[in-house]
Amino acid sequence: MTEYVLRRIAYFVAVLFVVTLVTFSVALLLPGDPALAYIGEANMRDKTMYETMRKELGLDQAIPVQYAKWLGRALRGDLGRSIRTREPALEGLLARFPVTLHLTAMAMVVALLIAVPVGILSAVRPNSNADRAGTVLAMSGVAVPDFWLGIMLIYAFSVWLKVLPPSGYVPLSQGLWPSLLSMVLPALSLGMAFSALVMRQLRSSLIEVLQQEYVLAARAKGLPESRVVGRHALKNALIPVVTVVGLQTGRLFGGAVVVETIFALPGLGRLAADSIFFRDFPMLQGVVLILALAVLLANLLTDLLYAFLDPRIRYG
Amino acid sequence: MDSLGRIAVHPRPTTTAAGRRDLTRSRRLSAFLTRTLRTRGAGFGLVVVAVVLLLALGADLIAPYSPYERQQTGVLAAPSPVHWLGTDQLARDVLSRIIYGTRTSVQAGVVSVGFALIAGVFMGLLAGYYRGWVDEVLMLLADALWSFPTLVLALAIAASLGPGLTNAMLAIGIVFTPVFTRLVRGQTLSVRERDFVMAARAIGARPGRVMLRHIWPNVTAPIIVQASLLVASAIVVEAALSFLGLGIEPPAPSWGSMLKGGYQYMQQALWLSVAPGVAIFVTVLAFNLLGDGLRQALDPRLWRQGES
Repeated sequence: MTEYVLRRIAYFVAVLFVVTLVTFSVALLLPGDPALAYIGEANMRDKTMYETMRKELGLDQAIPVQYAKWLGRALRGDLGRSIRTREPALEGLLARFPVTLHLTAMAMVVALLIAVPVGILSAVRPNSNADRAGTVLAMSGVAVPDFWLGIMLIYAFSVWLKVLPPSGYVPLSQGLWPSLLSMVLPALSLGMAFSALVMRQLRSSLIEVLQQEYVLAARAKGLPESRVVGRHALKNALIPVVTVVGLQTGRLFGGAVVVETIFALPGLGRLAADSIFFRDFPMLQGVVLILALAVLLANLLTDLLYAFLDPRIRYG
Repeated sequence: MDSLGRIAVHPRPTTTAAGRRDLTRSRRLSAFLTRTLRTRGAGFGLVVVAVVLLLALGADLIAPYSPYERQQTGVLAAPSPVHWLGTDQLARDVLSRIIYGTRTSVQAGVVSVGFALIAGVFMGLLAGYYRGWVDEVLMLLADALWSFPTLVLALAIAASLGPGLTNAMLAIGIVFTPVFTRLVRGQTLSVRERDFVMAARAIGARPGRVMLRHIWPNVTAPIIVQASLLVASAIVVEAALSFLGLGIEPPAPSWGSMLKGGYQYMQQALWLSVAPGVAIFVTVLAFNLLGDGLRQALDPRLWRQGES
């Protein structure tokens, strides 16, 4: 197990290194001159100021040197300064990260609250009307674009029924209830596709587990069905579901870009969209890097958790 | 059963060898189609995909109006017999823009997945065939690309290249490449150990020939399935990029940009938000259902499940 964990962590570091290379290259390709962006339009003709800024940003050096310096600074937590706000990029990112984390966590909770009961119901009574309804829900959930679902939910619950706020973020510190209300619609739009995937995975793995001999034995002992499913079958059926949940976390972070834009949530996704609009490349670089790091960490944790749950890997 | 897992149907004797081949091929195709359509919803998927392709190809003939022309009914006119889906904020016919938007979506889906497929298959074949450091480097690159949230990387690449449909398609293609790389690598690793590959190598076939003539035909089945599912994802990513202003540039019609323009008028003209959303939803659903049907038809292990 220790060897597996160490190998997995070493691979994580290697992938992270390539991730930094990709992030740096993408920002390098962004159109526009960063030095000009920093000095502003008013000083565009000031050659000395321009050259000083290029030197200060290290743009006069060879690209591999620029990358090495950027990586060195990034490792120390310095991701440069935002062109738009002039604040250190890391500060801006850390200020926005809790919002995105809050949104994705809520989306995951909402998704699981829908997926687990429907998945179990579908698996316990396959090909029943409930199962068919569950399948339709899952197929629709996968196909519906999160941004469109968001728009429709705003119309239904904010414009028409007027029961939920259409946009804006209320942090947890300002009260649990108002914060929850402000997050319900964004979480539902972001979590629907996730919920559908978990539903399908849970259904198929639970159906498989329910056909195993130990489930037959539990039934033969005369255990009530709820206990057979809840205590015996579900535990093993959840192992592949954990993998799906872990691997889909990245999808949630990606979806956050549009969902945050629609619901005017001041998170990382909205920051990414704004940074592109304002050509704020240090900020964009930071958002992309932090989100990729979050996905990598989620995948690493999933693998380790999976290894812990599955003895064949633990002792392999 | 052949390499794609399809059942070989014995043909009736015919006079010529060519005739026999044609008959076998058509029967195999019909057996394959029957098997695909046996999956719940696959028939619906096939019909909708066919309609979408027809709309994309024949938009000029099918659309009632030009997608750019201002209509006399004025801006934000409600759906009526003259304009079935109403008009938008610039008085253009929404139905015509949806029909022309099909072209953008299909193009985005097919071209970006085509790019990902070519790049991914190339990388996957190399990684699986040569193994060793080639495999390690290529898989590291694939894993790194795959660790970016899809939309975030597509957004960053599209921003670097600048707005426009071609750049959006390239960005989506790059983002989806690792899916095919991983898939083809896995298949190649198992196929390269089979006797016919060993035999080809033993008689001195070059690596390129072994990969293209012997390995490639044996890894196509899962790729077809994955491609149809990814076309659906690519359509959604293109719509999201257009929604964020990084896809096709206005006034060209695209479902994503129509949603972007329409949702600000939600209170006065809900149809502007409903029509493009339904178009994306139905198309994506159809490609997913068709993909599921193909998966059932191409994987013999799933045949019994598909029939239940």
